[in-house]
Amino acid sequence: MTYLTGKPIAVDDILAEVQGPERGGTCVFLGTVRNGPDDGGVTGIEYSAYDAMAQAEIARMLAEARERWPEARVALRHRLGMVPVGEASIGIAAAAPHRDEAFAACRYVIEEVKKRLPVWKKEVRMDGTTTWVDPSGKPVAGGLRDR
Amino acid sequence: MANVTVRFFARYAELAGCESAAVAVPASATVEDVLRRVREAVPGAQALPARPLTALNLRQVKLDARVQDGDELALLPPLSGG
Repeated sequence: MTYLTGKPIAVDDILAEVQGPERGGTCVFLGTVRNGPDDGGVTGIEYSAYDAMAQAEIARMLAEARERWPEARVALRHRLGMVPVGEASIGIAAAAPHRDEAFAACRYVIEEVKKRLPVWKKEVRMDGTTTWVDPSGKPVAGGLRDR
Repeated sequence: MANVTVRFFARYAELAGCESAAVAVPASATVEDVLRRVREAVPGAQALPARPLTALNLRQVKLDARVQDGDELALLPPLSGG
């Protein structure tokens, strides 16, 4: 399974991977590129990854979700390259017999993505400037964050 | 000796001025030893933080993890996926 894509995320595809007659609750999470009032005129975000590790990490996260919610199915795509404002950078679909497990599995995977996935984003602004973004969502100022 | 491929990503690749480097360290070396060697071999790597996030063969590790010949060590800027 290839979890990384350079193309727009096709929600129908990830839904098709998880839905089934025995699963009555399905939820989809989409993370989209934002240009809010405090975002300084963002036109898009350039995503890059350590592809091999990202693939391996996603496979591990989905296996963990499967272990915790054995009846749930979760599918994920992360887009790489330039993603314009309003388009999704990540899509997660989770389906389970009942909604509680679907929501829980979906939430688990997106939170693990935020903690563990080796993906980086660089904001591109209207004036042509670019800024690497740190995990708190704030642009990296002068120095570098340590761990 | 252990030959280790070191990979730089995102902002760290810009600072290092390259995406990868090959370094040789003693057989019992740790990730921290590899980082020290990288800073000597790649001038731009001196700008990297003292304790960057690291992954050895696709898994995050601490700086005291041992490396082996043929390993791939990745230096990861703060993660911002999703």
